[in-house]
Amino acid sequence: MIRIYVPKDSAARAVGADEVADAIVIEAAARKIDVKIIRNGSRGLLWLEPFVEVETARGRVAFGPVEAGDVKSLFDSKFHEGGKHKLSLGLTEELHYLKNQERLTFARCGITDPLSLADYISHGGFVGLKKALAMKGAEIVTEVTTSGLRGRGGAGFPTGIKWKTVHDAKADQKYVCCNADEGDSGTFADRMVMEGDPFMLIEGMIIAGIAAGASKGFIYIRSEYPDAIRVMKDAIRIATAAKWLGQNIQGSVHSFSLEVRRGAGAYICGEETAMLDSLEGKRGMVRPKPPIPALSGLFGKPTIINNVLSFAAVPYILAEGGKAYENYGMGRSRGTLPFQLAGNIKQGGLVEKAFGITLRQLINDFGGGTATGKPLRAVQVGGPLGAYLPASQLDLQMDYEAFAANGAMVGHGGVVVFDESVDMAAQARFAMEFCAIESCGKCTPCRIGSTRGVEVIDKIVAGIERDENLLLLDDLCQTMTDGSLCAMGGLTPMPVQSAVKYFPEDFDRPAKMVAAE
Amino acid sequence: MPGKNTLIDVRVTKPDAASVIASRYDNKPDALLEILHDLQHEVGHVPEASLPVLAKALNISRAEVHGVVSFYHEFRRKPAGRHIVKVCRAEACQSMKGNELAEAAQKSLKVKFGETTSDGAITLEAVYCLGLCATSPSLLVDERPMGRMTPQKFEALVKELAS
Repeated sequence: MIRIYVPKDSAARAVGADEVADAIVIEAAARKIDVKIIRNGSRGLLWLEPFVEVETARGRVAFGPVEAGDVKSLFDSKFHEGGKHKLSLGLTEELHYLKNQERLTFARCGITDPLSLADYISHGGFVGLKKALAMKGAEIVTEVTTSGLRGRGGAGFPTGIKWKTVHDAKADQKYVCCNADEGDSGTFADRMVMEGDPFMLIEGMIIAGIAAGASKGFIYIRSEYPDAIRVMKDAIRIATAAKWLGQNIQGSVHSFSLEVRRGAGAYICGEETAMLDSLEGKRGMVRPKPPIPALSGLFGKPTIINNVLSFAAVPYILAEGGKAYENYGMGRSRGTLPFQLAGNIKQGGLVEKAFGITLRQLINDFGGGTATGKPLRAVQVGGPLGAYLPASQLDLQMDYEAFAANGAMVGHGGVVVFDESVDMAAQARFAMEFCAIESCGKCTPCRIGSTRGVEVIDKIVAGIERDENLLLLDDLCQTMTDGSLCAMGGLTPMPVQSAVKYFPEDFDRPAKMVAAE
Repeated sequence: MPGKNTLIDVRVTKPDAASVIASRYDNKPDALLEILHDLQHEVGHVPEASLPVLAKALNISRAEVHGVVSFYHEFRRKPAGRHIVKVCRAEACQSMKGNELAEAAQKSLKVKFGETTSDGAITLEAVYCLGLCATSPSLLVDERPMGRMTPQKFEALVKELAS
């Protein structure tokens, strides 16, 4: 029997992977060839999706991007025996894009069947948890602190310190909440973990539960990710049936149960306190801090809140030791970050590398430049609240501190590339517009400031008292930065001001003709 | 008719979808979003008449239920078309002619975002990121993801959905 892998990741499905899988089944049956289709996660080479792999004696051989119409000719050239075809990419493991990565978190994604516990365990799954089950909570916290892991959602707060606070808190009930409200444009690593390696997230959350003494966890997944919701729910069911979740995990004294909760299309619920309100069944309104969620979080109880990628890094840290993880990276940014290359880029996908890699290496060496082939003009790093950087800034190293020193942020590791056709004044306007649409409305600088921001940018573009309005915009941005309750209003000025700073010419063009039809 | 001891009638006279779904979640107020999702999935939208039913079932105020329904973009207060097409309007898709696609979609369907076509086939909605940012521009058609979308492919999709 021949094993053929066709990803079920939604990015692969979005470009026809389901149709390809069906076509392979039909064609194999017609030719009386015995094949088994495995719907794996994505390897992350998204420009090559649907990325089909065939298991051979030499290893897995890849083909892509495959369309359903290519399937007949693939069988004609005996691709199922590793035969050559115009879509041949060679051995998957030898592909430059994969070979030059440092995959700690994404070591398994795309290799296994996401919902096979046997696959998970045979590829190193639950090694970290087994160690954690024999450790004291404080020892786990120490290991995570040693790793230097910082919150991968974007804020970069040291995970060990957060866990220690919850561990030390006295309460009858504590919670572990996973923030899977991955709303930043240009990011999809959380989605890939949930769709491609869901047990890893579950394992990381159980370890957090043991560390903090929490018996209950929630995964808050945005409703825009129906596939991820489905896979995570299935994975929880499977893990519970196999006693990796529930009472007395694997016969130990530890118990931990997990539940998926759906978001409902509110970007602000990616902010941790708004997420807590949403998990409590309320409007996603930002809470003032203090109290910090580590002491008074979900239902007022001490709560560990981490991003998917933070929890997903934990099984490796426990299995290999905090020191092994800490060996990667630069400065105070330790370990690896799964970067996401998106937008106008030739080879978009997931690149997990240690901190310290430059934007240029990511965009040119991995990404192959723009998709359109036109010169790159701007890169937005870190989602809709991240700075727009010009081509001259590409040598910036991916490091929390280096980015902050340059008025930018690494955020969740999303890199969105724009070619020369981009209108940066329009992008700045969009940043304000987005903030107006998504503001929770609790604080004035964000709720009102964003709408005023759109109006001021419109005046600037229209050439109305341009210099005065640029000053006014700057003042407004300062107010939003200093006066907003959370990062939504506080960071919206970042894309706006970086656009004005690096691309002033786009704000100083001849006034647009007023439509006179 | 008002009950004996109340000024207004808050009795639920007939069990409807909302109360059945709420009981599925043990009438827990923290499950309100889950309940609304299920309700919208079964009914197609969140009917106004369900709000007092849910308020009573979860023992929270009607204003609180209204506040939640109106806060989240996902919940629809009016019936939708047979298919929901969500077009991503966020930056990564913008960088790959997402704005042109959004224009073309509105023109092709003769509706604006948030509206339903006159034949009731398609409701067009804007969405901010589907996590399909390396295969931009992207759509979600009901629950089916679609990437590398073009105005031409969109036309073909509309024909398929209308039939």
